[in-house]
Amino acid sequence: MDDIVTENLTKSYASGWPGRPPFVALDGLSLAVRRGEIFGFLGPNGAGKTTTLKILLGLVRATSGHAFLLGQPVGDVATRRRIGFLPESPYFYDYLTAEEFLGFYGQLAGLDRAAINQRVTDLLGLVGLAEARTRQLRKFSKGMLQRVGLAQALIHDPELIILDEPMTGLDPVGRKQVRDLILSLRDCGKTVFFSTHILHDVEMICDRVGIVMKGRLVASGRVDELVRQDHTRSVEVVCQQLKVEGNAFIHSLATRVLQQGQQCLIVLPSPDAVDALVGEIRRQGGQLLSVTPHKASLEDLFFQEATQQASRPLSHMTSGRAS
Amino acid sequence: MGAIGVIAVNAFRESLRDKILYNLVFFAGLLIGLSVLLADLSITEHHKVIADMGLAAINLIGVIIAIFIGISLVNKEIERRTIYTIMARPISRASFIMGKYLGLALTLFVNMSIMLAVFLLTLSLYHVPIQSSLFQAVALIFVEILVVTAIALFFSTFTSTTLSAIFTLGLYVIGHLTADLRTLMINGDSGPLKSLVDLLYYLAPNLEMLNIKGQAAVGIVAAPGYVVMASLYGVMYAGVLLTGACLVFQQRDF
Repeated sequence: MDDIVTENLTKSYASGWPGRPPFVALDGLSLAVRRGEIFGFLGPNGAGKTTTLKILLGLVRATSGHAFLLGQPVGDVATRRRIGFLPESPYFYDYLTAEEFLGFYGQLAGLDRAAINQRVTDLLGLVGLAEARTRQLRKFSKGMLQRVGLAQALIHDPELIILDEPMTGLDPVGRKQVRDLILSLRDCGKTVFFSTHILHDVEMICDRVGIVMKGRLVASGRVDELVRQDHTRSVEVVCQQLKVEGNAFIHSLATRVLQQGQQCLIVLPSPDAVDALVGEIRRQGGQLLSVTPHKASLEDLFFQEATQQASRPLSHMTSGRAS
Repeated sequence: MGAIGVIAVNAFRESLRDKILYNLVFFAGLLIGLSVLLADLSITEHHKVIADMGLAAINLIGVIIAIFIGISLVNKEIERRTIYTIMARPISRASFIMGKYLGLALTLFVNMSIMLAVFLLTLSLYHVPIQSSLFQAVALIFVEILVVTAIALFFSTFTSTTLSAIFTLGLYVIGHLTADLRTLMINGDSGPLKSLVDLLYYLAPNLEMLNIKGQAAVGIVAAPGYVVMASLYGVMYAGVLLTGACLVFQQRDF
């Protein structure tokens, strides 16, 4: 069962000038987020992440394509009772206290007074703001606003939680708290879909990720599967008592050669050349110390995709608009 | 409480915590008080001057609040992106518009009640007879303010705050002039100017219909039927504008 499905989602904006092509923010984006998983939605600024989230929440209408949340087409008002949302850099009614603020969103979700009181107490404790219950939001720091925003997204105990850059503005402790919170939500059977550009967080907590570039989904799957697909994985070979200077064969195999005293570090672009290199080291009388396959990270994959996209012709697309 | 009620109460709470509103109500009190001073300067008709000035102050401050809060009701939500989390809740866009409007209407009702209380206190202090015509005039001022709020809200669903203010103010002025302009044009030629005036007469709200301040200040009571019909006209005009606002807002991207 998929909680989020998009099929060939496209969003374009008229340029405002006759003859000028429209700006395409999303270009046939198709993805599926399974029930009960944490899905990380990755992409650089302007890739289309926020546009996708806005379409899912009915804030923006897609030019073409379809999207479904919890099995219902986006725009279905009743379905939103089962969805929690935290926007990027949230701005809230700053004249409200934290308690009033959460109460307001609880009422909008149709909760009764008793349920609201209980949820407000629980959630303010969960996000570490119990002390600030009666403080107006205008007196909150950016990190506190982010945390009360998270509490707002969870006030009605939704099944699907959509978060736009939830780690933004948080210190390392706050980020860890949010990571733990997201993991605990999954443990409770919730589905979490969040956009981010902090790759470390994605690698740590996401079951699956999707990478969006220039409005297109360029990769999607489990983090380990995506990283395994990467063909540029390198190997680091360390040896000693070997003079690499002037050895054209070694230089032709390696992407980088570093000689530090007796030791030498040779970086190969792939495991294919390891045998040839080890043979050459032995022939030259060197001593092999280690062979370490360098496991490519999600960051490597991300930059590889970004570089490939950047080198592609733009055709009808225009880059630069914030997502 | 339904979603419209929740939004309305929150909009009311927002305006209650806005200090500008208190300043405006204070200013209204000051104007009403000033009417006593002006009455002292006039040779005759002290009572009429106090009543006239008081009603004018209530009308002026009411319209200012209606325009300047009305135009920012929706735009502020979009500019500050608070609309994102609201629209992600199980609430239709039309309910949001209606809730915002009713919240401001409630604010205006409370403000006008305060201004009316200050006005009545001033009248009684200076032994000006309190006649039912004054209540009729204030009731129609309130209807006029509901129309002006609906105009401001309508424009704010598709234009910027500044343009909304200009358009609303423009329509307010036209609304008070169309009847006079049409009267002037009746004997004139049937040129394009007359067609334009006719168009404005039928499209713009006839706000003069809601203005009985002059006769109320001298104690002339309007026929109850007239007050009811004028009120119905104003409420229906506001209803049409709110329907338009909901339809436009339904199509907007945020």
